[in-house]
Amino acid sequence: MGGEHYLPLTPDDREKMLEAIGAASVEELFSDIPQKLRLDKLLQLPPPLSEPEAYKHISSLAGKNISLNDMPSFLGGGVYDHFVPAIIKHITGRSEFYTSYTPYQPEISQGVLQAIFEYQTMLCMLTGMDVANASMYDGGTAVAEAAIMGCGATRRSKVLVSRSVSPFYRHVMESYFRSRGLPLEEIPLRDGQTDLAAMEKAIDSDVAAVVLQQPNFFGLVEELTGVSDLVHEHKAVLVAAVDPLSLPLLKAPVEYGVDIAVGEGQGLGVPPTFGGPLLGFIAAREKFIRQMPGRIAGETVDVEGNRAYVLTLQTREQHIRREKAASNICSNEALVALAASVYMAALGPAGMREVAELCLQKSAYAREKITTIKGYDLLFDGSYFKEFPLSVPGDPAKINEELIRHGIIGGLDLSSYYPELDPAMLVAVTENRSREEIDRFVSELEGWK
Amino acid sequence: MRKEKALIFELGRSGRKGYSLPPCDVPVKELDELIPHKMKRQLSLDLPELSEVEVIRHYTELSTRNFGVDTGFYPLGSCTMKYNPKINEETAALPGFTRLHPCQPESTVQGALELLYNTEQLLKEVTGMDRVTLQPAAGAHGELTGLMVIQAYHRTRGDHKRNKVLIPLSAHGTNPATVSMAGYEVIQVPSDARGLVDLEALRAAVDETTAALMLTNPSTLGLFEEDILEIAEIIHQAGGLLYYDGANLNAIMGYTRPGDMGFDVVHLNIHKTFSTPHGGGGPGSGPVGVKDRLASYLPVPVVEHYGGRFVLNYDLPDSIGKIHSFYGNFGVVVKAYTYLRMMGAEGLKQVSADAVLNANYLMNLLKKTFNLPYDRICKHEFVLSARPEKKKGAGAGDIAKALLDKGFHPPTVYFPLIVEEALMIEPTETETKETLDAFAAAMEDIAAAIEEDAGRVAAGPHTTVVGRLDEVRAARNPVLRWRESQDQ
Repeated sequence: MGGEHYLPLTPDDREKMLEAIGAASVEELFSDIPQKLRLDKLLQLPPPLSEPEAYKHISSLAGKNISLNDMPSFLGGGVYDHFVPAIIKHITGRSEFYTSYTPYQPEISQGVLQAIFEYQTMLCMLTGMDVANASMYDGGTAVAEAAIMGCGATRRSKVLVSRSVSPFYRHVMESYFRSRGLPLEEIPLRDGQTDLAAMEKAIDSDVAAVVLQQPNFFGLVEELTGVSDLVHEHKAVLVAAVDPLSLPLLKAPVEYGVDIAVGEGQGLGVPPTFGGPLLGFIAAREKFIRQMPGRIAGETVDVEGNRAYVLTLQTREQHIRREKAASNICSNEALVALAASVYMAALGPAGMREVAELCLQKSAYAREKITTIKGYDLLFDGSYFKEFPLSVPGDPAKINEELIRHGIIGGLDLSSYYPELDPAMLVAVTENRSREEIDRFVSELEGWK
Repeated sequence: MRKEKALIFELGRSGRKGYSLPPCDVPVKELDELIPHKMKRQLSLDLPELSEVEVIRHYTELSTRNFGVDTGFYPLGSCTMKYNPKINEETAALPGFTRLHPCQPESTVQGALELLYNTEQLLKEVTGMDRVTLQPAAGAHGELTGLMVIQAYHRTRGDHKRNKVLIPLSAHGTNPATVSMAGYEVIQVPSDARGLVDLEALRAAVDETTAALMLTNPSTLGLFEEDILEIAEIIHQAGGLLYYDGANLNAIMGYTRPGDMGFDVVHLNIHKTFSTPHGGGGPGSGPVGVKDRLASYLPVPVVEHYGGRFVLNYDLPDSIGKIHSFYGNFGVVVKAYTYLRMMGAEGLKQVSADAVLNANYLMNLLKKTFNLPYDRICKHEFVLSARPEKKKGAGAGDIAKALLDKGFHPPTVYFPLIVEEALMIEPTETETKETLDAFAAAMEDIAAAIEEDAGRVAAGPHTTVVGRLDEVRAARNPVLRWRESQDQ
């Protein structure tokens, strides 16, 4: 039988326990399951593996993949190959953290609670917002829930989302909005950025929220002067999806009038892991606190006056409010939020700025080199942070296949997300890419026919 | 024992460094050339500045102020806090998984897709469903996905009047919250004297507006819904669908399957039943299984196997779309796959057998001292009522705090709502008889202490790093972030 080492009851224990219960057999304990529902044979599962066999089998599956350790990658689009300091896994690997549940018993959960409180504070420092929650599943669900917060706060239902917001986020929003029967309208692109004139036309007194991204999906830093005035004139809520790694350099969301700052925190010390676990975050102005989904840690004192932390404002949450809750979210990405906290603590303001500048400089270098090659042109003018879109001289999927053969994971093929731009590729360059890797990428693109 | 812990913002010194980055190896351009001044941050960034050892010591100390399954017994009802096998952490940490970008060409992620495909096959067999999506990132996310699938099914059939979802009063809070999120109305279904769904009330509640019934089986009382086939018939005859909340699947693996009971949609909690750690509140994973007639509504992409290759299929015209940016919590799925492959069919059946045996044994020990409102065979968990103790001056919450002093994580308290002063206890299969005996003895001590001096019990805990917290103050005067001014 498999897994015996996880099952401590001995045959003798079982016998004594049955005796204490007054049952003749374990089967008797299942007698409340109607006979016709009871399985009369074992489940058809593969035979159990011992620990070394399981490790070997699963290692062999991992070995069939080509990972970012095997080849330099220029993929981005929301998930990036950023540097992950070694200390992170040693903290998240502390089993007092990772084998605990949601801190419902604060007296023995001060570790997780204080870590959440510190995480909330760090996100507020980055974004300039007043409050943050303990985390969301990913950037996509964070954006969807932030838009719904806007509906709750304004008691309106229509949301405008820019086409320059990540298609990965917009697809999640579409599912959430379709299900609820809420209207979701797209603001078109103009030169790779939100068409502000179109937005001005679309915004009216039915609009609850406007959702933008900064830098946008193409890596462009959007020109958002005056946008918040326009949104607030209509008493709507401005939601911005931001890349936390860009914030040491770029304007903090509070500096351009954002009400709810959201996004994907994977870059904060979390490996890409085939797209999950990721880290959605929501930070907002104080007045939106009642619409905030999920867990929030707050400071209080114990009976002796010691400073301590506790989950608070739980009357927003499902286990108290049931059908009137702000969201149904329960388990979130707490351990990933802890990883992000350790990352921000280790890097500090100087380290985070250094990462941002390395991304900026290296992507600028790559952009300049690649756009000198015939057939590869920058799609839009403007200021870019760490990625940029290129028109390419052929099918991007074919180019990428060829690059793999030469030991490079190329950029993101944009054809299925922006067919109007086809053939195009989104290239991301992080601090993890060396000049030599960038040069090799450039020369492979140059050689492609 | 009692002591405050400094916040990370109160540690470190200006100029300390806890990281190591390479120098810039490309020609450096002026920042103004790359980012116009008006787009630059003006706000100061006040993150702390610490050396690496300070960061490690800070978080290590925080970890010592936290209780996990590895610390001790954690009988938190409905959360299935079983032991988290360490091999799972090793397989999930393989760079061939962690260092994969979700948008890599399919040819470079065949192993990851094979693992997702294999996991789907295993979960199909365990649940008796025909297709499973691994995209939902947690149980509640799975619930929302499942209701979206149900909604899409009704809408595609032109059946637009179904706007209500039935839920028993004993349901987890996520169920009604999910129903609202999907734009449905909640209809509560009462329980009968046995603690099971009241069939008469159910019959009276269903009609042509019923989209679905969401049911946890065994229920949150730890009781198997014996009338499940009749329940399924009532719902199906009214044109509704039957939704299974898999929070309590740990009780029945290898004994029966939701798919055989008539459920159309099932969500699982990978972080409960399939041994992956809860992480202090996630990441979890909440796969959703459906019957064939609902398979075309699943979120895209689904993983398929054609001609020796694994592919991500986005071509599902009826699909509800996407509910996660990528494919869900892949890293968590790796852990569950490891567990499933190590347990096998007999092992999983023994898991449920021992989970149920442990729960019944502990229930029998505790019912000698405590009130057991529903005294019958339980499944993986049972619910006591501390109403008599409450009258003496120390209720369920106080008993929970007293358990902290005894070195145990308390049960779930004040839930399910249909039991007053509820203590919901789920021991899981990974606990020894000695642990259960010790827990029962601790509970008896607490009962005796309440007889003696309920006031002292109600003033607990007495030995934890902080005493009982003022939760009202936290909610009335919310302090949700540290600010430099507050302590200076």
